[in-house]
Amino acid sequence: MITIVDYAAGNIKSVTSSLARLGAEYILSSDPKVIAVADKVILPGVGNAATAMADLVEKGLVDAIKGRRKPLLGICVGMQLLCRHSHEGDVDCIGLFDNDVRKFIPSSQCKVPHMGWNSISNLESKLFKGVDGGSFVYFVHSYYAGLSTDTIATCRYADEMFSAALKYENFYGTQFHPEKSGDVGEQIIKNFISM
Amino acid sequence: MVAKRIIPCLDVKNGLVVKGINFEGLKEVGDAVEMGRKYSQEGADELVYLDISATNEGRNTFTELVERIADAINIPFTVGGGISSIDDASRLLDRGADKVSINSAAVMNPSLIDNIASKYGSQFVVSAIDAKMIDGKWVVTTHAGKKPTEKELYSWAKEVQERGAGEILFTSMDHDGTKSGYAVEAYKCLSEMLSIPVIASGGAGCVKDIVDVLSLGKADAALAASIFHYGEIAIRDLKLELKSNGIKVR
Repeated sequence: MITIVDYAAGNIKSVTSSLARLGAEYILSSDPKVIAVADKVILPGVGNAATAMADLVEKGLVDAIKGRRKPLLGICVGMQLLCRHSHEGDVDCIGLFDNDVRKFIPSSQCKVPHMGWNSISNLESKLFKGVDGGSFVYFVHSYYAGLSTDTIATCRYADEMFSAALKYENFYGTQFHPEKSGDVGEQIIKNFISM
Repeated sequence: MVAKRIIPCLDVKNGLVVKGINFEGLKEVGDAVEMGRKYSQEGADELVYLDISATNEGRNTFTELVERIADAINIPFTVGGGISSIDDASRLLDRGADKVSINSAAVMNPSLIDNIASKYGSQFVVSAIDAKMIDGKWVVTTHAGKKPTEKELYSWAKEVQERGAGEILFTSMDHDGTKSGYAVEAYKCLSEMLSIPVIASGGAGCVKDIVDVLSLGKADAALAASIFHYGEIAIRDLKLELKSNGIKVR
């Protein structure tokens, strides 16, 4: 059973559709008591980091997330919220990953958002079991987390090398959208489900 | 580097994909969900679904269709056609659309782009621009190219970027349906002046047209319809050709 954090994070439908296609059961919840102890949790996220963070605080979910000892996967802004700080709205985040989140500087060489399929490398986690280095996944984001000791996958965009995925203890995060990344993405979600 | 994208475009009427034949009428070419699934399996990077029904009943059918597409397909998809309010956009987002494409409604009411982008983020807003060359100038048009407006392509593109659009989908009405190649020069200008991705649309007839618009035209993505629907170019073969021309693809 997967529990999806139900908060002001935009498109939850794409995550539920993806789990349904894989035959995984899921529930939506914004109850801190449920999120704290659920077997596996997905923290989705599309939209603005500061808005999303404010909603997590309001719903009393920050400590529930932070205190978890079982697997949690943050997707896109969901991953960024697990970092220390985001420049998007200049907001302090949950602070599990040892990263700050910054904006790509737009130019005609570096279109922002970074949108589309890009390849991921240096894959270092069972989250990527069965996924080859160099595989393409789907990104849509204007802010990124740089490299840190928590980096478990890297991606290059324009001149910037950034974290495509992060891990700290039982917490995982992907900057890309596995639920929109075709067969490769489905493999990654399956790996998370079977942790 | 991010890969160049190949995007099949599906015009939908009452749940079926249709294609206009020499302005004489519409031919049904297949089920919208099945065709999307097939393209996705063949390596399409994204899909665009345009609702061309223009009736309330058709709109409702399309909204239900969006949900079935979201359930069936594991790559991103954009929906468009008749989106004229933030409520329209919200309804499609709730059903699972990854992006909405706004066309004529933004020409009439430019702040629609600001409103949708500030509520749901720039990544959700594709600004579709139809334009044609009139007296040496790219003039923005509405009503499938029939009505010229006061707006000029490049300044309008810059404006929608500033208003918060996340991508530009420019269709040259002079090239659309001709299969004689894309408006390569115009895409090059757009791509060099903008800092958001540019999708090229209108004129794809062969592999070389797509190579040209992605390399010389510097477009970030190429959209096409009939060459895919009628099996003239298989997406898998197209990707191999692009790769052998030094273009990064998935």
